[in-house]
Amino acid sequence: MRGSERQSGIERQEARIAWTLVLPALLTILLVALFPLVWTFWESIHLHDLRMPWLGRPFVGVDNYLEALSDGRFREALGHTAFFAVTSVALELLIGLWLALALNRAFRGRGLVRAAVLVPWAIPTVVSALLWRFMFEGQHGIANTILVALGVLQGPAAWLIHPQAAWVPVILADVWKTTPFVALLLLAGLQNIDASLYEAARIDGASAWRQFRHITLPLLQPAIVVALIFRTMDAFRCFDLIYALTGGGPGTSTEPIALYTFNVLLQNLQFGYGSALSIIVFVVTFGLALLYIRFLGAELTGGRR
Amino acid sequence: MSARRWWPFLALALLVGASAFPFYWAIVASLTPEARLFQDPSLFPTHIVTDHYRALFTERNFWLPVRNSLIVAGTTTAFCVSIGALCAYALARLEFRGKAALLGFVLAVGMFPQISVVSPLYLLLRELGLINTFPGLVLPYLTFAMPLTVWLLVGFFRQLPAELEEAAMVDGAGRLRAFWEVIVPLAVPGIATTAILTFVYSWNEFLFALSFTLGPERQTVPVAVALFRGQYQVPWGQILAAAVVATAPVTLLVLAFQRRIVQGLTAGAVKG
Amino acid sequence: MASVRLEGVAKTYPNGHVAAQGLDLEIADGEFMVLVGPSGCGKSTALRMIAGLETPTAGRIRIGDQDVTALPPQERDIAMVFQTYALYPHMTVKENLAFGLRMRGAAPDAIAQRVEEAARALGLEQVLSRRPAQLSGGQRQRVALGRAIVREPKVFLFDEPLSNLDAKLRVETRAELARLHRRLGATVVYVTHDQEEAMTLGWRVAVMRDGLLQQVSPPMELYRKPVNQFVAGFVGSPEMNFLPGGLLGDVAPGRGGGVTLGVRPHDVRIVSAGSGDLDALVDVVEPRGSELLVYLKLAVLPHGAPLRVVAPPEPAIEEEQMVGIVFDRARLHWFRTEDGQRVASPSVRPISAPGK
Repeated sequence: MRGSERQSGIERQEARIAWTLVLPALLTILLVALFPLVWTFWESIHLHDLRMPWLGRPFVGVDNYLEALSDGRFREALGHTAFFAVTSVALELLIGLWLALALNRAFRGRGLVRAAVLVPWAIPTVVSALLWRFMFEGQHGIANTILVALGVLQGPAAWLIHPQAAWVPVILADVWKTTPFVALLLLAGLQNIDASLYEAARIDGASAWRQFRHITLPLLQPAIVVALIFRTMDAFRCFDLIYALTGGGPGTSTEPIALYTFNVLLQNLQFGYGSALSIIVFVVTFGLALLYIRFLGAELTGGRR
Repeated sequence: MSARRWWPFLALALLVGASAFPFYWAIVASLTPEARLFQDPSLFPTHIVTDHYRALFTERNFWLPVRNSLIVAGTTTAFCVSIGALCAYALARLEFRGKAALLGFVLAVGMFPQISVVSPLYLLLRELGLINTFPGLVLPYLTFAMPLTVWLLVGFFRQLPAELEEAAMVDGAGRLRAFWEVIVPLAVPGIATTAILTFVYSWNEFLFALSFTLGPERQTVPVAVALFRGQYQVPWGQILAAAVVATAPVTLLVLAFQRRIVQGLTAGAVKG
Repeated sequence: MASVRLEGVAKTYPNGHVAAQGLDLEIADGEFMVLVGPSGCGKSTALRMIAGLETPTAGRIRIGDQDVTALPPQERDIAMVFQTYALYPHMTVKENLAFGLRMRGAAPDAIAQRVEEAARALGLEQVLSRRPAQLSGGQRQRVALGRAIVREPKVFLFDEPLSNLDAKLRVETRAELARLHRRLGATVVYVTHDQEEAMTLGWRVAVMRDGLLQQVSPPMELYRKPVNQFVAGFVGSPEMNFLPGGLLGDVAPGRGGGVTLGVRPHDVRIVSAGSGDLDALVDVVEPRGSELLVYLKLAVLPHGAPLRVVAPPEPAIEEEQMVGIVFDRARLHWFRTEDGQRVASPSVRPISAPGK
């Protein structure tokens, strides 16, 4: 009789089969994802400007990072990104929650709504950017026409030329595209809540608001956290939308960090500096996810069965 | 009391309207002559032309980006689903050391910001001579497509009762045979949904396509649409026509399989 | 057909949970052995180890003469009926039945013949081309049985196969299983949490608790001579009554730590107040048709657990009535209070004044 840690022939065989199945996918991921990330980090601690190959690739330590911290345009981009993330995610959560509640109650027309919900999500982000840009373009975009007709605006506004106003179509486009998806996520969470809880509360005399606060919100928390994490990370990584809608403009007033990094890397060909920026973007997005998970205690992996 | 009954429907009507309006407007615009686009926008056009669509395919040869997108998205999906299914099965069903870490790792990679891997991928592809080629796009696409596929398929495999494989093994089938005879037929809906979602994500991808292609020969649809340049001014009519064409395939896919897609997306994300 | 032997089989999971500790069990060729116990006692784990679906962390398992401890399930020549039946949903009944034979490379003719025989034996001829989703619960259960029978394995394993059936169907199917076993003469290892099922089906019953075998005996021996308090309380319905050992009189000194008296509800008689061993107040009476289940509160133990007694339907017994009870001295069970182990009947010096 052996000790309790003996791994029998069957278990070893199972592990062997498992690793054989896993290996192709794992190797692929290591090659195309992890390896480049490590390389990016490597680049970020060197000077590497493709426009000036005679400079070689000397090791510069944290110089690139220090430069980033003092780079005014980068700091602004960080501010833009944070603003965009906070505003759009807040709007998406609120509207999404409201929609999810409505979808939960409505018993007819679910199919139509599902379709309406999925199509904005399914189209390329650049296309949705173009649709919204068209609506806010120039003096005669349909947005201006409607707002003037409704009396909200005196005359047509030059949305895309104004540094602050340009955010409006950007945020609207993002909310339009992803709120339905957030609503679906929250709806799934809502449907997991046992209806008998509400019935018991009603019998106990709880008002609709109290039911919402004490039953719905707490039980929906895991779904809300999942939605928060994914949407915030997506918002911090945003690129496609702004590239196609405002190009980062007017000037650089709507430029997010991903777009700025892109310009540094592939327009200016400063690979060393751009890599440092990339790493910062990576750390920020990842750090956010970890922060959420830690403080809000979500179970994303392994809790499912 | 009656307000409580119909507010959900009002909300949903608003939702459907808000979702549909930009499309509607784009379709209307794509059928409006260029000159009138910004002159007198009316919600119900009287004069419909197909000039923009014709120009799209004759002058601009829009077939090219469509073909490129089909090839790239199709190849990525085929590769990821087949390799990913094996990996996902092992993660969902088999016991081995390091399993939890591996799953966590795969998911973590899926959350990488693309911008953080764009430059080394660029240099790598340049070394391999793959810039502006099909493999040069499929390879980077695996960065996000593989984790996505594995994550979705793990969710689907986990939903199948474990006793089915046990019964098959007791009946005489080895692990792999049990996988093939029992699990795969039952997982077909899940595999199909995963394929659709992977295809949609691949079709819509922009940053890598923008960075790793140089010209119309290999550009995909999102890039072609975004880089539309007119001679003298922005050709909105054609751009919107291109937008309509760009979204047609994925829209049709999604409408046809909406129920499955919603199940797949939400089952994985929220504990079912 | 073959015998099954477990030698010192133990299972500890990586998280520290001990599911089985040193099980030694011998199941004879053709025997119907039932593993019974409360949930978490390790009976399902033991069954799965025999099947090869779990590997023991210590010990050996033999089927026939073969040491199968390191063999995967497909090489053990066993068949298993799962609690949820685990029928292949995408295959017809016929294909379900044929699956095992197909996996082992049997000739198509042989497969067809065996499937037909099994279908006939279980009354499934009409549903051969249906899918499991189109069958009733009882039919699915029979397909699960058929899948096992068709393989003609050395050992049949059953994991709580009747728990998903309603009460009436459960009793019917129980009888069918017994009949089937007689016909096939197969070696059966059967797991259940229902002691009644265990008693009616098993040739021998193995009672388990917390991963340990408590007693392995034929049903009547379990009933009449339980080796400890746990088995005594587990087997038999209504449950045995446990009372302080000194209830009927002083127990001889030197017993060390005291004894507990066990008596089954069927072994207590109700008489008029004052004329029995003790007096008691009737608390609740449950008429069961052929008998009455009476809950009593002993006069000397007003705050103790109620005494359960099975009485004939006549004479009628009223609640709140004061009665006397008589213990059948030949059917008393004595256990050491400290560890629940059975001890021989001690000599009892009766208390000077009985009752009142």
